[in-house]
Amino acid sequence: MSELETFRNETRSWLEANCPAEMREPIRDDDDVFWGGRNATFKNDAQKAWFEVCRDKGYTVPAWPKAYGGAGLTAPEAKVLRQEMSRIGARPPLSSFGIWMLGPALLQFGTEGQKQRFLNEIARGEIRWCQGYSEPGSGSDLVSMQTFGEDKGDHWTVNGQKIWTSYADEADWIFCLVRTDKDNKYKGITFMLFDMAGGGVTTKPILLISGNSPFCETFFDDVTVPKSYGEDCPGFVGEIGRGWDVAKYLLGHEREMISGMGGGERTAAIGTAMKRHSAKTGDELDPALRADLAMFDVDALAFTAMAEKFMDEMKSGKGHPAQPNMMKYVGTELNKRRHELMMSVGGSRSLEWDSEETGGGKPSRGWLRTKANSIEGGTSEVMLNVISKRILELPGS
Amino acid sequence: MPLYHDEDQAMLADTARGFMADEGNIAKQLRHWRDRDCPDGFGHALWKQMAEMGFTGMLVDEDDGGLGMGHVEAGIVLEEIGRNLTPSPFLTSSVLAATALKHGSNDLKGRYLPGLIAGDSVFAVAVDETAKHRPSRITTRAEKSGNGFKLTGSKSFVIQGASADMLVVAARTSGADDDDDGITLFAVPKNAANMSHDALRLVDSSMATHTKFDGVDLDGDAVIGEVDGGREVLNAMLMAGRIGAAAEGVGVAGGAMDMTVDYLKQRKQFGQLIGEFQALQHRASHLYSEVEIARAVVIKAQQLLDAGAESAELMSSVAKAKVAKTAGLSVKEGVQMHGGIGMTDEYDIGLYMKRDRALQEFLGDAYFHANRVAELSGY
Ligand SMILES: Cc1cc2nc3c(=O)[nH]c(=O)nc-3n(C[C@H](O)[C@H](O)[C@H](O)COP(=O)(O)OP(=O)(O)OC[C@H]3O[C@@H](n4cnc5c(N)ncnc54)[C@H](O)[C@@H]3O)c2cc1C
Repeated sequence: MSELETFRNETRSWLEANCPAEMREPIRDDDDVFWGGRNATFKNDAQKAWFEVCRDKGYTVPAWPKAYGGAGLTAPEAKVLRQEMSRIGARPPLSSFGIWMLGPALLQFGTEGQKQRFLNEIARGEIRWCQGYSEPGSGSDLVSMQTFGEDKGDHWTVNGQKIWTSYADEADWIFCLVRTDKDNKYKGITFMLFDMAGGGVTTKPILLISGNSPFCETFFDDVTVPKSYGEDCPGFVGEIGRGWDVAKYLLGHEREMISGMGGGERTAAIGTAMKRHSAKTGDELDPALRADLAMFDVDALAFTAMAEKFMDEMKSGKGHPAQPNMMKYVGTELNKRRHELMMSVGGSRSLEWDSEETGGGKPSRGWLRTKANSIEGGTSEVMLNVISKRILELPGS
Repeated sequence: MPLYHDEDQAMLADTARGFMADEGNIAKQLRHWRDRDCPDGFGHALWKQMAEMGFTGMLVDEDDGGLGMGHVEAGIVLEEIGRNLTPSPFLTSSVLAATALKHGSNDLKGRYLPGLIAGDSVFAVAVDETAKHRPSRITTRAEKSGNGFKLTGSKSFVIQGASADMLVVAARTSGADDDDDGITLFAVPKNAANMSHDALRLVDSSMATHTKFDGVDLDGDAVIGEVDGGREVLNAMLMAGRIGAAAEGVGVAGGAMDMTVDYLKQRKQFGQLIGEFQALQHRASHLYSEVEIARAVVIKAQQLLDAGAESAELMSSVAKAKVAKTAGLSVKEGVQMHGGIGMTDEYDIGLYMKRDRALQEFLGDAYFHANRVAELSGY
């Protein structure tokens, strides 16, 4: 048996022994997701047990080095773990912007001291982070952002406003783009890390069309951000004034992550589930709707192959570096189409906003939520701009 | 297996790209034969050259004198054929007929394969009977007669039927028209008595026939595979052909896209390059995304087929449908973004549009295959 097969067998029995049955149920709402942080509470014992056993094994961040709270898995091992978890429908033990965004940035640009402290806190679910990039006047044109940090020697005094800051009201710390040089557009931004409870930070939730308010306006009034949190642990990532490099790296990473949504390792045709669903409500698929489902399945199954090819090429360094933009564009557009079709199949039942039968309006709220997919992390139009410029090398774009 | 070409395949791709660009290009082949009203619709000299390159017998087993390669490799050649719109018997002879002959007797293989490998023979495939691809219904009949069979019926959309040295014909030896069982495949030689071809030129300048069998006498040894058990051979041949046609379609889509993107960088209006207009940039970038995905699903299908995976069946239809839609988009956007010049015969983009249309229809269009994806998925 190959080492990888041995690992698969071990993983399988470990999951069997340690993943509670409740944690193998599909995620129904945000309560089912454990985000960690200072004020974290568990929904139930199963969620707690699953989180703790994973934390202790380094499985909240399996591919990170052991010294930083991970399990030090190789890429193929991490893939095996992912496959085995998805085979039994295991939920992620911990979700967070720390894992998805700040962690990768620190692994790439952080000092040893930053990694020791922040990565371990993230891996152990102790600190919940949020992302402060967008401002009221700076969305797609992010580099025009104005939030300013005045240099006060050993610290900055930060003033300004962020918007669309996901979960800012529940986060402990923020990684934040702050302008430190007004005369230098691209090289005048610093990627700062600071505690939201340190004074001067207020958050105001924004209600979305889905009826949820997962993000906020975030205001900074004379917020003190130290330049250092101790030896080898600066209060910023990378260099002062070079935060845009970090942000760009992270945006690429974020796009990769989002792009997995339309494809990934999901291979089943949705038409199959949709037929079952409509049979349950005593309906039949209209032939024209069935045709749309079939055309969708062609696109979705083809995209699954693309996602696999994309991952294979990334691993071997073959793919075009701007390819994640294409993946993000197609993946998010497909996800929106999928939810449109699910709404059509569901009929009037899927319109119910808070009925028990629909788990509190899951179909309609979920459908509305997907409309953000092609906005967050760079809009579809911006993705197309990037493809035009960097891949097709079209003029003047 | 990673979803990209390994080193050997990448080398083959380089070779095929160079060869097809030099020898199979539009001026030398498609326009040359079209403008001469060539009754074959392709050049025999190029077919011979393709044999020298080792292409013609790629899929033929080594024991039978071929190279024993797989569908990834055949697809590499097909993509370049698509990109150059090269008229050739490769898809029907070296992919479809060669796949059918794998199931044939040693006698049949000995009779036909050497000619294919040498580039001396051309084979055609006669499956369709109506204007749309519907292999579930076969009405052409082969009745037992003496030691052999008598073939009666008609076939349409037989690509290069009149030029072929042998036709692979799907006929019914028992059962009703729509039965799954009772199909037999025959290798019908060129000069069979009572076979007649009505040869027609298609929109893409290729040649196809309506072929009539008016009591054609066939020896028992013309049977490919088992009598009444031909459905399996037919399915294998069609799957290989569909994945092959999809690979060629990716070449057509990519060729048309490259021409279009080039044009966006040359043509000026309103004092600027038209490629600076965001409306066109976004359409070009969307097209790029679709072509990348089409290429991915084709190599996925090829690898599954080569591995003998069950899911190759589903993926072959996903691939054929996806490519049909993508190549269709590529040629339509191509003509539109070229403006008036795109409508001229002198300019090549229109040739891509014509080839795409024929290739979409061959072995089932996007509707046929999307429907098949639904059926195979149980809805
Ligand atoms: C659910 C969700 C979560 C988010 N979470 C966070 C977060 O945690 N932290 C954070 O900092 N931000 C977050 N965002 C903000 C997100 O990054 C921005 O919304 C996004 O970058 C778009 O900016 P905007 O909303 O200002 O739209 P705009 O940039 O004003 O865009 C408006 C429209 O104009 C188009 N447009 C803009 N520029 C161009 C151009 N050059 N060419 C063509 N079309 C163009 C856009 O595509 C769009 O259709 C989140 C957004 C959403 C929806």
